[in-house]
Amino acid sequence: MKSKAAYFGVFTALALIFSYVETLIPIQFGVPGIKLGLANLIIVIVLYKTDWREALLLSVVRIILAGFIFGSLFSIIYSLAGGILSLAVMALLKRTDRFSVAGISIAGGVCHNIGQLIVAMVVVETYQVGYYLPVLLIAGLITGAVIGAIAGEVLKRIRDLSFQ
Amino acid sequence: MKKNDLILAGTVLVFAAVILIFQLFRNDGGEHLVEISVGGERFGTYDLTDNRTIEVGGTNRVVIEDGAAHMEWADCPDQICVNHRAVSKNGESIICLPNQVVVTVVSPEESELDAVAQ
Repeated sequence: MKSKAAYFGVFTALALIFSYVETLIPIQFGVPGIKLGLANLIIVIVLYKTDWREALLLSVVRIILAGFIFGSLFSIIYSLAGGILSLAVMALLKRTDRFSVAGISIAGGVCHNIGQLIVAMVVVETYQVGYYLPVLLIAGLITGAVIGAIAGEVLKRIRDLSFQ
Repeated sequence: MKKNDLILAGTVLVFAAVILIFQLFRNDGGEHLVEISVGGERFGTYDLTDNRTIEVGGTNRVVIEDGAAHMEWADCPDQICVNHRAVSKNGESIICLPNQVVVTVVSPEESELDAVAQ
């Protein structure tokens, strides 16, 4: 139990560091909201090495902390919607056992963007935000595939480690 | 990579492509209007061919020039709307989430008649 808390702390710190690293990447894609989602790498690994409850808690803690440090209240709300939807879909798909890390990460990336888009629609009360949907879908697909590939490699190498 | 992963990726790609094609072929041509709304309420409708600067409630400034509209200034912290490229095609929009300001390009048919082009 004690070591579980310690591992959780390490994962939280790692996820925060990745959030920070991401703020250092100065790429503007012309469409708001597109980023690599490096922190999701940690979330995916935790999802695989422990269970969905840990991953969900980590995701929420990470988003709130990163939001207060690097973002604003708005970014917290968007990220939470995206993060929770993304994690729910990843956990469900993982349970079916039909996908590898890459597929699950892709689904997570895409759903992350869909979740944020839904909140954006509610906030600005317009469906025009839907204009971004195709771009965000493809962006989620690419970033999800990249994160999935990295997560797959990491998981292969830490196969013998247990964080329970 | 499992086979299912590829199917999943392909489905997303096809889905995105279909929406994209639908957007491209939607009525585009003729004149365009710029519609600005704040918090879901219509703020005003303007002609895209009319060069002008619009102050939106003291928080944002929209500039229409050369048939395109862009966000010149906003008091929001993230400045995403200011960095957004200019919009000129039907359905394109610039959204300032913190101030809930939406700038959308619409065709005259989409815009309601009671909105007077100022």
